[in-house]
Amino acid sequence: MDDAVVVRDLVVDRGRRRVLQGISCAVPRGAVTGLLGPSGSGKTTLMRAIVGVQTVTSGTVTVLGRPAGTAELRHRVGYLTQAPSVYADLTVRENARYFAALHGRGRAEADGAVADVGLTQAADQLVGTLSGGQRSRASLACALVGDPELVILDEPTVGQDPVLRADLWARFHAMAAAGTTLLVSSHVMDEAARCDRLLLIREGRLIADDTPDAVRAATGVDDLEEAFLRLIRASEAGHAGQPGEVS
Amino acid sequence: MNPRILAATIGRILRQLRHDRRTVALLVVVPAVLLTLVYFMYVDQPHPPGRPTVFDRVALIMLGFFPFIIMFLVTSIAMLRERTTGTLERLLTTPLGKLDLLFGYGIAFGLAGVVQATIASAVAYWVFGLTTAGSSALVIMIAAINAVLAVALGLLCSAFARTEFQAVQFMPVVVAPQLLLCGLFVPRGQMAGWLQAISDALPLSYAVEALQEVGAHAKPTTTMWRDVAIVTGAALLALVLAAATLRRRSG
Repeated sequence: MDDAVVVRDLVVDRGRRRVLQGISCAVPRGAVTGLLGPSGSGKTTLMRAIVGVQTVTSGTVTVLGRPAGTAELRHRVGYLTQAPSVYADLTVRENARYFAALHGRGRAEADGAVADVGLTQAADQLVGTLSGGQRSRASLACALVGDPELVILDEPTVGQDPVLRADLWARFHAMAAAGTTLLVSSHVMDEAARCDRLLLIREGRLIADDTPDAVRAATGVDDLEEAFLRLIRASEAGHAGQPGEVS
Repeated sequence: MNPRILAATIGRILRQLRHDRRTVALLVVVPAVLLTLVYFMYVDQPHPPGRPTVFDRVALIMLGFFPFIIMFLVTSIAMLRERTTGTLERLLTTPLGKLDLLFGYGIAFGLAGVVQATIASAVAYWVFGLTTAGSSALVIMIAAINAVLAVALGLLCSAFARTEFQAVQFMPVVVAPQLLLCGLFVPRGQMAGWLQAISDALPLSYAVEALQEVGAHAKPTTTMWRDVAIVTGAALLALVLAAATLRRRSG
C-alpha cells in the first residue's frame, strides 16, 4: 500500500525565516503517525503544507496521490488547526451541522461527531461559553464530521483531562483501524508512545522517522523523552561543524 | 458555487446574527431613532407648496443610507473575525468555494438589510408621513441592493485590513466620500466638473438617483432601472474582486 502523504525536500520560508529546511518523510495509510517536536520547530507549518494552505518555497507534497491543496482533496482531508477555529457565537451543534453540510453530511452525522468528542451534554451551548478544552473538542468534532480519509490534527489533546485524552487516543486508533490515516502533532512526549509511527522535528529538520520501538532500540533507552534528547544531541553534534547554518 | 453549501453558509451567518440579540436590536432600532431626529430637525422648515418637504427629500435618501453604512461595518468586522479566528483558513480547506462564502455573506446580510429597510420604511411612511410618488416597495428594493453593495465592498476592504482598528478606518475611506458626493448635500448637477466625475464613478450616487426617481415619479422610470442595474453590477464586481483577493495559500 502506498503512503497517504509523501513529502520530498520541502523548504518553507515564512518572512525571512526558513521554517522548514528540506524535510522528506512519509505518512503511512491506516495508522496514527505522531509529529513531535518542541514548539516553534515547524510542526504547524508542515501540517499546513500537507493541507495545502501554506505557500512553499521548494519541494513537493503529495497527498493521497495528488499534489497537496488540489480541489478534490478538500473532500478527503480533515484539518484541525491548533487554535480552535469554530464560531464562538454558534452552539456546538450548529457548528458541527455547518461543517457537516460543507462535506455533504446530515444532522445525524453532525450529532454523532459531537457525541464522539464527548460534548453531547454541551451540544446546545454557545462555543464562546465553553472551557478551553471543550472548545478545542468542538473544533475537533468539526474536523472529523466529514469522515475524511486523511485527518491532520494540530495538538488535539492540549488542555484535556487525562481521561478524555485517553478516550480521544482510543478514538484515533479506532479510526486508524477502520482505514483512516491520522497525523497528530504534540509537544508532550508521553503521547509519542501512543503513536504507530513517529516523526520528530526540531528547528525545521527531521531528526527521526520510525516506530516508537525502533526509536527506543536505536537509542538504547526505554523512555521516549530520554530517547528524543539523545537523538537531538546526536543531530546537534552532527550539524555543529557545518558552515553557513541558518537557524 | 454549490447551492447546498451556499444555503448552509447563509443559514450559518443568519444563525450567528440571531444569537447576537443586541446587534439585531441595534439594526432595527437605530434607523428609527435617527429618522425621528431628522423629522424634528426639519419639522418647522418652510417649504414651497407643491414641492416635497425637506424631510421627504432627506428621509427617502436616508432609507438607502442606513443599510449601506451599517452592512459595510458589520461585514468588515464579520469577515475580519473569520480571518483572525482561523475559521476562514479552515473553511478554505473544505469543499466550500470562495464564491459560496462571499455570496453567502452577500445574501445573508442582504436579507438583514431588507428587514432593516422594511422597518425603517414603515416608521418613515406611517409614523412620520413620508410621501413618495412611487411605491415604497421600490424604496425597500433599492435599500436592499444598497445593503448587498455595502456587503460586497466590506468583503473586499476586509482583505486589506489586518486588525479591527484598520477595518473600522475603512468606513470613512469608503463610505464618507460616497455620502458627500451622492447628491444629497449639493445636487450633482451643481458640482464642479471634477467632483461630478468622481461622483459618477461612485455606485452610491446611482442608488441615490434611483431613490430620487421613486420619490418624483409614480411609475418606475427607465433611469431608475438603469441606476438599479449599475448598483447591482458594482456589487457583483466587488464580490468577484473580493474572491480574487481571497487566497487559499498564505505564507
